[in-house]
Amino acid sequence: MERTVTRIALFAALIAVLGLFPSFMLFAGVPISAQSLGVMLAGTILGARRGALAVLLFLALVALGLPLLAGGRGGLGVFVGPTAGFLFGFPVAAYVAGLIAQKLRRVDLLVSATAGALIGGVLVLYVFGALGMMLVTELGFAQVLATLSVFIPGDIIKAVLCGFLTRSIFMARPSLVATR
Amino acid sequence: MLALTLETHTWLHRIPAPAKLFALVVVTVLLLPVTDLRITGGFLIIVTLLYASLGGIAIREGVRLFRPILLILLVILAWHVVLGEPRAGLVICARILALVALANLVTMTTRLDDMIAVVTWLLSPLRRFGLAPSTFGLAVALTIRSIPVVLMKAEALRMAWRARSARRPGVQTLFPLALMTLDDAEHMSDALRARSGLASQETG
Repeated sequence: MERTVTRIALFAALIAVLGLFPSFMLFAGVPISAQSLGVMLAGTILGARRGALAVLLFLALVALGLPLLAGGRGGLGVFVGPTAGFLFGFPVAAYVAGLIAQKLRRVDLLVSATAGALIGGVLVLYVFGALGMMLVTELGFAQVLATLSVFIPGDIIKAVLCGFLTRSIFMARPSLVATR
Repeated sequence: MLALTLETHTWLHRIPAPAKLFALVVVTVLLLPVTDLRITGGFLIIVTLLYASLGGIAIREGVRLFRPILLILLVILAWHVVLGEPRAGLVICARILALVALANLVTMTTRLDDMIAVVTWLLSPLRRFGLAPSTFGLAVALTIRSIPVVLMKAEALRMAWRARSARRPGVQTLFPLALMTLDDAEHMSDALRARSGLASQETG
C-alpha cells in the first residue's frame, strides 16, 4: 500500500516536472512539452490503474491551483477552456497505454510500450482533445483536426521515446515496470 | 512551490471555498447553453468588474494566466469568420473568456489548504471502497514536497550534461531522471513503512 502511494505520488511529481522542462520546437512556433510523455510513461511503467491514478493526482493538484501544466498554467480555468478535452483525456490515455502494454506481454517491451503510448497517448488523447475542442468552440471536426494536426507529429515522436524509455527502465530495474 | 493564490487579502478571499466552488459550477452550467451575445458579453463585463474590485494585481495575474490561450481564441474566431458566422464566434470566445476567467478567479482567491479540505470532503464517500481520505491528503503532500526535489535533480542532470557536451541537453536526461524518481518512490515507501506506514494515519 505504501509502495503504491509513493509510486503514484512521485510519478505525479515527475509529470509536473516534465511540464516545466524547456520545451523543444519541432517546427517553428509549435512548442512540444514533455508533459504528455509523462502521461504515457505513467501508463507503460506503473500499469493501467496506477498510471491513471498518478495522472488524476497530478490533475487534482492543477485543479487545486498549482501552476503545473506546461507553460506554468493551472487552476480551475484550464478545465473549461478550449484544451480541457486533453486534460480529461490524460487519465484515460495513461490507462489505455498501460492496458495495451500489459496485454502485449508476449512481444518485446519496446514494441508493446510504443504501441500503448501510440494508441493511448496519441489516438485516445486526441479523440478526447478534439471532442473537447468541438464542444467548447462549436467548430466542426475538420476545422478542429486542422488546428490540432501540427501537434500530432511531435506526439508520435514522444510515443516512440516512451517505448525506449520504458524498455531502458525495465533493463535497469525490472521490478519497477508493472506492465511486464 | 508557489500556488496561484493571491497573497493580498480581498473580499473574495473571505468567502468560504465550498460556496465559491458551488457558485462556479452553477454559473458554468447556466452559461454554457447561452447563445445570446448580449448575455455572454454582459457576463464578461461582470467578470471584468469582479477582477477590478480585487485590485491591479488580480488583473495582472488574470491576464498572465490567459496569455497561453489567447492564440487559440484567435484561431477559433478566425475559423468562425471563415465559416461565415462571425457573431457565433464572438459569442463562443466571450463565453470561453468569461468562464475561464471566473474559474481562475476562484483559484486566485482560495488558499490551497481550503481547496484540499473541499476535495477531501468530496472524496469521503470513497471510504466505503477502502480509500481513506487521509491517503489522498498524504499523496497530495508527498507530491507537492517532491516536485522541487525532482526539479532539482533534473537541473543537476542538465548541468552535468552541459559540463560534458557542447550540445544542448535534450531527451538524454529523461532516462536517469525517471529512474531516480522511481528509486526515490521505493526509498520513500520504505521510510513510510518504518514509521508504521499508512495504518497509523487511518486510526490517528
